[in-house]
Amino acid sequence: MFDVLAGAATVNSMGDVGAAPALSFDGVSMVFPDGTHALRETTFDVRPGEFVTVVGPSGCGKSTLLRIASGLTKATGGTVDIEQGNVGYVFQDATLLQWRTVQRNVELLAELEGIDKVERARRAAENIALVGLDGFEKKYPKQLSGGMKMRCSLARSLVMDPKIFLFDEPFGALDEITREKLNDELLSLFQRKGFAALFITHSIYEAVFLSTRVLVMSARPGRIVGDFKVPFSYPRSPELRFEAEFAELAGQVSHALRGAHV
Amino acid sequence: MSVEMGSSTGRGMTVASVEIEHLHAVDDAPRAGKSQRHASDYVAPVVGFAGFIGFWYFMSYWGLKHIWDKPSFLITAPHRVINESFFNEKSRTALFSGLYWTARVSLIGLAIAIVIGMTLAIVMSQARWLERSIWPYLVAMQAIPILALVPIIGSIFGFEIPSRIFVCVLISLFPIVSNTLFGLLSAERGQHDLFTLHHVSRWTRLRKLQLPNAMPTIFTGFRIAAGLSVIGAIVGEIFFKRGDKGVGILLDSYRSRAQFPQMYGALILAAALGIVVFIIFGWLNNLVVGRWYESTRKTG
Repeated sequence: MFDVLAGAATVNSMGDVGAAPALSFDGVSMVFPDGTHALRETTFDVRPGEFVTVVGPSGCGKSTLLRIASGLTKATGGTVDIEQGNVGYVFQDATLLQWRTVQRNVELLAELEGIDKVERARRAAENIALVGLDGFEKKYPKQLSGGMKMRCSLARSLVMDPKIFLFDEPFGALDEITREKLNDELLSLFQRKGFAALFITHSIYEAVFLSTRVLVMSARPGRIVGDFKVPFSYPRSPELRFEAEFAELAGQVSHALRGAHV
Repeated sequence: MSVEMGSSTGRGMTVASVEIEHLHAVDDAPRAGKSQRHASDYVAPVVGFAGFIGFWYFMSYWGLKHIWDKPSFLITAPHRVINESFFNEKSRTALFSGLYWTARVSLIGLAIAIVIGMTLAIVMSQARWLERSIWPYLVAMQAIPILALVPIIGSIFGFEIPSRIFVCVLISLFPIVSNTLFGLLSAERGQHDLFTLHHVSRWTRLRKLQLPNAMPTIFTGFRIAAGLSVIGAIVGEIFFKRGDKGVGILLDSYRSRAQFPQMYGALILAAALGIVVFIIFGWLNNLVVGRWYESTRKTG
């Protein structure tokens, strides 16, 4: 369904180095009231057009990183800069409202932002088609599979046309086949829409396949211990996953990750 | 007519085939399966009912006399109950008028309990300190024996219908508050985060997230409260006898005059009222949340 997009103008997907960062963390630390030290002196930027993925052992504060980036949680130290008001957030669960149809779920954020009915219906229809859910507008979440729920969740965020997207392990609960398919489609959307992305995952292959940059986080208290530039150009074919350079890079990330555990 | 039917069927088929294609094209979507009905779904209740009636006859003609050595008129046989309650014009008129008054009192009581209960739950959902300061009184209210309050309620509201309504409210309030509150507070954290990210007001959060999310449990509360409200009306009538005669008053007077067939007739009507109210709320529940709510078990 995405071959329609092949002719669309692609942005400079490798990141616009000169521009101001879409998101920047400067020495950000997070200590929870109960004394848990979640993040320590974390510094990195996500530039427009960059797709940055953070991999790390479970419980290392990856989700905390996103919550701080979005403003849901206030950091206890350091500064965070993000273009406010236009941030897409895709959660671990699809977090759809069960009582709303696909159409009304996709309209939700536009509705909360006070966008009028006609305009939000138009945007919803456009994005439902974009994630391949056309024909399912009137279905309720209980009638959708896990992958379809995630597509719906993605469409819901796309409606606001965010400049930066935060993904909190969105495909973690899906089977491998669905996950790879959604990875391919997410990259098509990334190329078409040109948003910056900060993506959390615990899958090394997913990280390398999607990103322009992979950051490796250490165990708690989390900090960045590895920074890998991914040299492959977009569009990336699904076969990339089986090429030697891909495997080599994945191996390096894996090595850094093992070092991060100790 | 036939042409119209043909074309609409044709369109229906196209839509269906498109959807099936989609199901294969995208991921494996779980089909919205209609639950299959089996003959046993009907046979078992019928057999159960026959067993119940049989047991009733058995107790009436043999059990009471031979097991407990008590006079058999204490349990009137079913056909006599029906005959003397519903095929005797005087009893029938009294019983159905009683049913009307009891139904009326319990529905008014339920409506008041719903308004007060949901308001309380919404207020309690807004802040933890509100919840903590109101909750103990609701629990205490549950534990107060209504019998102890009879003179006070009677002095304030009189010994007629208003006092009966008060008893209904008192008895059915708690399940409405507790179920509504539980539903309001059970929206997923991620859904709340989503609303927080868009800086919505409390009111929007309540209206677009918490209340719809609470609908299934709110209806569970209504259902329990509706049954309790019928009990409340009958109990209330036994204490507050003045004014129009409901089923509870009839029960009491038939009992005191040893008119056992009519007493059982009144019991049957009271039970029937409870069942009808329960079914109506089950049906309302399916109407409002049936389409989207994923319950592990279908009831009603």
